Amino acid sequence: MSKLEKRRSTPVSRILIYVLLSIVSLFSLFPFYWMFVMATSPSSAYNSIPPTVTPGSFLVDNFNKVLDKIDFFQAMWNSFVVCSIVTMVVLFISSLAGFAFAKFKFRGKNIFFTAILLTMIIPPQLGLIPQYFLISKAGLLDTLPGVMILFFLNPLGIFLMRQYISESVPDELIEAAKLDGCSNFKIYRSIVLPIILPAFATLGIIVFSAAWGEFLWQFTVLRDPEKYTIQVALAQLSNTQNVDFGMILSGVFWATVPLLIIFLLFNRLFISSITEGSVK
Amino acid sequence: MHAESNKEKVSKKGGVSVYQEPRKEKVKKKRYRSEEKKDMISGYLYIAPFFIIFSLVGLYPALFSIYLGFQKWNGLSPMEFVGLSNFKIVLTDPLFWKSVYNTIVMGIMGTAPQLVFGIIFAFLLNLAFLKFKHFFRVTIFMPYITSMVAVALIFSVLFSDHESSLVNYLLSLAGVDPVNWSSSEWGTKIAISIMVFWRWVGYNTIIYLAGIQSIPNDLYEAATIDGANKFQQLIYITMPMLKPFIILTVFTSTVGALQLFSEPTVFLGNSAFTRDEAMTIVMYLYRDAFKLQSFGTASATAIILLVLITVFALINTSLIAGNGRKKRGENA
Repeated sequence: MSKLEKRRSTPVSRILIYVLLSIVSLFSLFPFYWMFVMATSPSSAYNSIPPTVTPGSFLVDNFNKVLDKIDFFQAMWNSFVVCSIVTMVVLFISSLAGFAFAKFKFRGKNIFFTAILLTMIIPPQLGLIPQYFLISKAGLLDTLPGVMILFFLNPLGIFLMRQYISESVPDELIEAAKLDGCSNFKIYRSIVLPIILPAFATLGIIVFSAAWGEFLWQFTVLRDPEKYTIQVALAQLSNTQNVDFGMILSGVFWATVPLLIIFLLFNRLFISSITEGSVK
Repeated sequence: MHAESNKEKVSKKGGVSVYQEPRKEKVKKKRYRSEEKKDMISGYLYIAPFFIIFSLVGLYPALFSIYLGFQKWNGLSPMEFVGLSNFKIVLTDPLFWKSVYNTIVMGIMGTAPQLVFGIIFAFLLNLAFLKFKHFFRVTIFMPYITSMVAVALIFSVLFSDHESSLVNYLLSLAGVDPVNWSSSEWGTKIAISIMVFWRWVGYNTIIYLAGIQSIPNDLYEAATIDGANKFQQLIYITMPMLKPFIILTVFTSTVGALQLFSEPTVFLGNSAFTRDEAMTIVMYLYRDAFKLQSFGTASATAIILLVLITVFALINTSLIAGNGRKKRGENA
């Protein structure tokens, strides 16, 4: 078999495949590199022909211009607060509901579960306008809780948690705990939670990054620069007459670098979170 | 499982006298029934948070949107029932049809190549001899973790209208005149499609890769022995076995493409809602609602969008599913 395979894929075709994949990697990486080049170049660099393709020394200058235009750190912090709270709430709601669907018998269980899955097909834009007025009536316009509340809905989370809990939490363990007189919530807290922590990492990444990158809702609810999340703040950078590309990409660069570092550290977890989130 | 735990209990209390047996049974039965009741209450209690939040910020707004579609409302004065006239206004607005056209054109240009290239990349990344597999996988996936706003801004600089923008410079080397990427009919669409492709192709590759890895290896071994080359293996083994994954990605890409909003809005910046070259259906909706305060027509647009998404998702997924069925029929 291996002999056969060796005969079939000649060195030439192997080299071709390496070349092809390297081109693809370059295509993926180049915009990142180029963002760095622009973030470190003076605005005049943009008009030079041929274009600058090596980093300059304006890293700090450009970022100072960003700070003049938007409250960068406040916006990063706002995004961080929104995403952290959303992630914790979604993990809690999803694991509790997933636990119920996986281990309890109650009437209408399948109907409720199907209903949760069906909510996934409602496009988020359908309710946008009433949601806006609802948030505004509740006095939550221009507040972070107003942003968060929509993100608390996560049917996929319940689906994944049910799957994981029914696979990895043995029924015997729950039975035994019941015989010992544990309440259901105590079982959730001291038996289920420790077992599903790895699944929390997966779902946490999905929820956090989805909330971090979401734009339409945040753009709709937040008008006060003090309350901008990073996505809304970044979008303001290009919203001027005299666009300064070095400044714009400096903002993007500093907003993206933390994510890139976290991604490169935990890349296996990130990639498996995608496959688990969609393949199941 | 109940039997097992019972056994455990019996063995634990092995020394219990015979007279106590019947009484114990009764107690256990009673406890069982109350246990069941408790479980039922816990069950409802634990799934309640989702349904409470959903009815408040999901279901109610969706239904209210449908109601609003039949009202004339500027957000301040009382609503006025206008029947189907909102739909009539939207459906006779050339700008709405332009936005539908733009959305579909960018949807096809941005997502169809993704699916084709995604399968090819996944197939290559799974080749047995390949070294640096993980490196390639990480680099191809990397664009996905950048936010749509960040991507749109990076590409707005790469594809700016200046003669000196990187893309225009590269084109000039090939003898092509500079393109107005932010204001021409095809320039905007091509630039936006490329950025959508760039951000999502890795995502689809990873999903296809997971699918490919679930295909049993002996199928390829058998094909290799039968003399099938790599390309034939891709067409006759990988593709059919990947079908569920292809259906999934076609579905999500179709739905996602029809909801395109962030990329064109941020890419075009100031002119996003004043020019029509890249206006999408959701941008049209947003403009009606939050720029023109015409919430009735915006809601009608939202309802039309829901219908479009449902129709297109059904057509596209059944096209893919049906295609496979035909192939199987031919083989038989």
